[in-house]
Amino acid sequence: MSLELPFEKPLAELRKKIDELKKFGAERQIDFTDEIGRLELRYQELEQEIYGNLTAAQIMHLARHHARPTTLDYIPHVFTDFIELHGDRVFADDLAIVGGLAKLNGVPVTVVGHQRGKDTKDNIQRFFGSPHPEGFRKALRFMQQANKFGRPIITFIDTKGAYPGDTAEERGQSEAIARNLHAMSTFGVPIICVVIGEGGSGGALALGVGNRVLMLENAIYSVISPNGAASILWKDASKADQAAETMKITAKDLLEFGVIEEVIPEPYGGAHRDLPVQAEAIKEALWRHMRELSALSPEQLMEDRYAKFRKVGVFAEEAAPLPVTE
Amino acid sequence: MFKDLFQKKKYAVVPSERVSAERPKREIPEGLMNKCPKCGTIQFSKELEKNQKVCSSCGHHFRLSAHERIAMTIDEGTFSEIDADLVSQDPLNFPGYAGKLEQQKASSGLKDAIVTGEGEIGGFRVVIGVMSFDFFTGSMGSVVGEKVTRAIERAAEKQLPLLLFSTSGGARMQESILSLMQMAKTSAALARFQDQGGLFISVFTDPTLGGVSASFASLGDYNLAEPGAIVGFAGRIVIEQTIRQKLPDNFQTAEFNLKHGQLDKVVHRKDMKSFLTKLLDMHSAKGDPADVS
Ligand SMILES: [Zn+2]
Repeated sequence: MSLELPFEKPLAELRKKIDELKKFGAERQIDFTDEIGRLELRYQELEQEIYGNLTAAQIMHLARHHARPTTLDYIPHVFTDFIELHGDRVFADDLAIVGGLAKLNGVPVTVVGHQRGKDTKDNIQRFFGSPHPEGFRKALRFMQQANKFGRPIITFIDTKGAYPGDTAEERGQSEAIARNLHAMSTFGVPIICVVIGEGGSGGALALGVGNRVLMLENAIYSVISPNGAASILWKDASKADQAAETMKITAKDLLEFGVIEEVIPEPYGGAHRDLPVQAEAIKEALWRHMRELSALSPEQLMEDRYAKFRKVGVFAEEAAPLPVTE
Repeated sequence: MFKDLFQKKKYAVVPSERVSAERPKREIPEGLMNKCPKCGTIQFSKELEKNQKVCSSCGHHFRLSAHERIAMTIDEGTFSEIDADLVSQDPLNFPGYAGKLEQQKASSGLKDAIVTGEGEIGGFRVVIGVMSFDFFTGSMGSVVGEKVTRAIERAAEKQLPLLLFSTSGGARMQESILSLMQMAKTSAALARFQDQGGLFISVFTDPTLGGVSASFASLGDYNLAEPGAIVGFAGRIVIEQTIRQKLPDNFQTAEFNLKHGQLDKVVHRKDMKSFLTKLLDMHSAKGDPADVS
């Protein structure tokens, strides 16, 4: 599969042209240095033009890119000594959630995240990164353990949403999500969440009640997928691009709403273009926030987290009478 | 001209694919008569009203507006509304939202999808919140989240039991991420209240789905539901499309949820008030076994 998204075509074409010219020059022993220099400059300009002005829909496509790094891709780059743990101790080990113990710059932490599959077979096992209740309960178990042992919690958010299935409903999908929101608000350890790909609805938020919520530059976070919104708004799920623009789902939008604390920059073209560089940027941000939060007592951490979510909402208080019917 | 005699009532239009597919459609005058969406029985509105809007033939619980529910639940003359003036804004400049809000206010007579207040049930003072499906399908945006949170905080401050009747199609898409965050806000407020020993009774009414179900409504110390109420996270159609199977008729009903361990009890509307009174009494009577002769 090609890495290029449609809006990246001009860049790919220019790169191809430069490569061809280099090859041709080498074969014929002609000096194209000046010409190549000019094209490289043009390439840089074009890169800035395209990636510096991404639309929300283009960002959505980057967030959903098939090569975009997942939780398990980042873990070995960001942490050392990862020990993966399994199971909710009640029903199953939901592979749409991964997690365990690891060290961040030598400090033990609990890390937990959504996990999409790498190929079709993996995706089927992992339900495309959409957890069942046992997945949320697995995450909760890991986080309760972290709270008990005083370890900071780091979560990676990357899901289209909780799995919409009959057995998920039977086992209490709603309760599982609600329980996580409830419990995460009470933990006396630092919680830092990073939205690395798609943050879809309650299934994302169930790992998202942190003291700090960070987002990768090309990640998205929303109450309903743009496809879902489009089918409700215009009865046409294919108008997802249009819905993406309307719904304010980008990191920049969420920073403006005060819902997240920081946008972690991505390399041009997205996280998948340079995993080590992206992982380093995540690690730097996590460490910085963890150091800040480590100065707070358990009570202060709880208070800090409560205050962060308590203030979210836009409304007015006005005593104006209701409009009259008919 | 005959039709003009009848007042238009909203609950006459609850659609039911199942019934209309099986029975020939019959013309019924709106207002004076009501057709049960479940069994198709036609009954006088007055009779239905007297029966707490429960079908006399099949027991189907019609949807109630917030004020109907309050009148049915709270001791007469004891209800006082709080935070009545909170109204939604349009923080995203979402196409059509501002207009739809005005239209919903006019058609429902409510300012948003929940009414909160204080009152007594069987003499026990409570903080109560009642959602209304007739305002924007009971969707939760900033106003619902804020009013629920304030009700929880009030219950905590006054050390009163909290009772919430939920009904909701889910989060309010038009407020996007802000509505999602109301799930965390309300759940965090509940955690504080409950950790202090606060009592929260949650009653699911038809239907309660999505963001409301996946936050405060599922966090009751006691989770109750009315018979037949649809309670779940994902909507039936989305699930059927995902699993490529037809779901059984009873899927996500209160009885289904009870069977799968998601509810403490299904309570018939006619028994709701007395049951709530009993439950409140359990939490107020401070018995010492040593004093019992
Ligand atoms: Zn009936």
